[in-house]
Amino acid sequence: MRESTRRLPNYTAPMIFKEVAGMKKYLSFFRLSFTMGLQYRAAALAGIVTQFAWGFLEILVFQAFYQAEPGAFPMTMSATASYVWMQQAFLALFATWMMENDIFDTIANGNISYSLCRPIRIYNMWFSQSTATRVSRAVLRCFPILIVAAFLPENYGMAEPASAWHFGLFVLTLVLGLFVTVAFSMLVYVLTFFTVSPQGVRIVFTSMVEFFAGAVIPLPFFPAGWQKVLELLPFASMQNVALRIYSGSMSGAQMERAVALQLIWLAVLLLLGSGLCRLAEKKVTIQGG
Amino acid sequence: MLLKIKGAVRLYWHYLSINVRCAMQYKTSFFLTALGQFLVSFNVFLGIYFMFRRFRAVDGFTYSEVLLCFSVTLMEFSLAEMFARGFDLFPEMVRTGSFDQVLVRPQNEILQVLGSKFELTRIGRMLQAVVMFWYGVSHSGVDWSFSKIATVIFMLIGGCAVFSGLFLIYAALCFFTLEGLEFMNVLTDGAREYGRYPVSIYGKKMLLVTTFLIPYALVQYYPLLYLLGKDSRPFLIYVPLLAVWFLLPSYALWRFGVRHYQSSGS
Repeated sequence: MRESTRRLPNYTAPMIFKEVAGMKKYLSFFRLSFTMGLQYRAAALAGIVTQFAWGFLEILVFQAFYQAEPGAFPMTMSATASYVWMQQAFLALFATWMMENDIFDTIANGNISYSLCRPIRIYNMWFSQSTATRVSRAVLRCFPILIVAAFLPENYGMAEPASAWHFGLFVLTLVLGLFVTVAFSMLVYVLTFFTVSPQGVRIVFTSMVEFFAGAVIPLPFFPAGWQKVLELLPFASMQNVALRIYSGSMSGAQMERAVALQLIWLAVLLLLGSGLCRLAEKKVTIQGG
Repeated sequence: MLLKIKGAVRLYWHYLSINVRCAMQYKTSFFLTALGQFLVSFNVFLGIYFMFRRFRAVDGFTYSEVLLCFSVTLMEFSLAEMFARGFDLFPEMVRTGSFDQVLVRPQNEILQVLGSKFELTRIGRMLQAVVMFWYGVSHSGVDWSFSKIATVIFMLIGGCAVFSGLFLIYAALCFFTLEGLEFMNVLTDGAREYGRYPVSIYGKKMLLVTTFLIPYALVQYYPLLYLLGKDSRPFLIYVPLLAVWFLLPSYALWRFGVRHYQSSGS
């Protein structure tokens, strides 16, 4: 069967079948990591408490600035509050510092050799695993935070989405943003192939990304010139788009451009990451013994 | 008694020197981690910087005054983390059962836990705090006098005590449960992150809580008012020292935990 498909130049039924079967492998990697992630319930509860406190204090900071100079505020207070709560609720989707330690370990201790023997693409396997971990963490944490935040008074809690259309777009950009984030962290994993000590690469990458992605302060709070440049970078395609679309603080043209940029950056990061990964697989040196 | 203290201090120095030599075996790793510490809190600084490009003041505090506030909080925290980090790794000690070894030795167990780890890489954070402090001091027009220098020193002592007390509570809770203790990060990391602004901006209730329950305000807000000349009542100089009381309940909880400790690990 395999022999025959190899000789055929064009896409034929068996080959498509093989492709689907190939997808299935990665779906089961996704499922495995997802169920594994769901097991950490105590950690999730502690995470919820932490995220609540963080969100609450963050909003109080913004409130204090708002009261000091309402005119200088670049978003409405209610949009800012929604931004902060969603940032806390979906932290696990976008936090670049939350990386899979297992992956770093398999590279450092040489266990990667087992995965290299299997008929799978390392890149796809890691991609589906880290997506699953992030989604499972977010699923455990987001609902309590969102529900409570929805009942808080105006300007402190979550507002409703600007419209049904905005909400639909929010969901789409949330997923795209997650993929961009994972694709970016894949670059860090792949780069570890080339430098055995991942610490340096990781620290520089994550702290830079956090800031440029709008995790410290939302991008509209940057000076205009900075904001223009930052919006074009891949980091702005992570959490920034979805969280701002939700509360309607982007105009129609801005939204179109943001989604287009998300798609472009996702394609670029995927190509770059999988290309580098193939290169690394070819010249890989197995560590450990 | 005096001899005992002398012995303890000597042992503490010995622990410290072992840790320094140990860290220096991996110099690159040490400097990279220190750099990482620097970068992480540098993000917080950048956040403040960009907020103040847009706003002139928050709750009556200007940019340089906020930096002064943040730098002192960061110094307090880094000092506590450098020297009381052993408590932070305490869950591991309980999990693996190596706390049993500590208990059978004829030395104070707190001293041994403290000595088990010094996180000297926090020097990266400390360095940043010092630079911000220097900037804050030179731009917010603090009128230096003997009493103001004393205030800063007392702030560092008091703040270090508050954070060490929190680390001690964290360690003491490990005797009862090892799960879900991340919530303590709200009180430690949270205080470092949000202590960048004077406590008063979070509202009256928060000020009350941080004055009487967990005394952050005693080591941050009140003495800051004195430093900046916003309030000149002299008792504010000594307020940070009051925060040292926080070590008492923390220590009591620790003692309670030790007494109820049932060995674990294998």
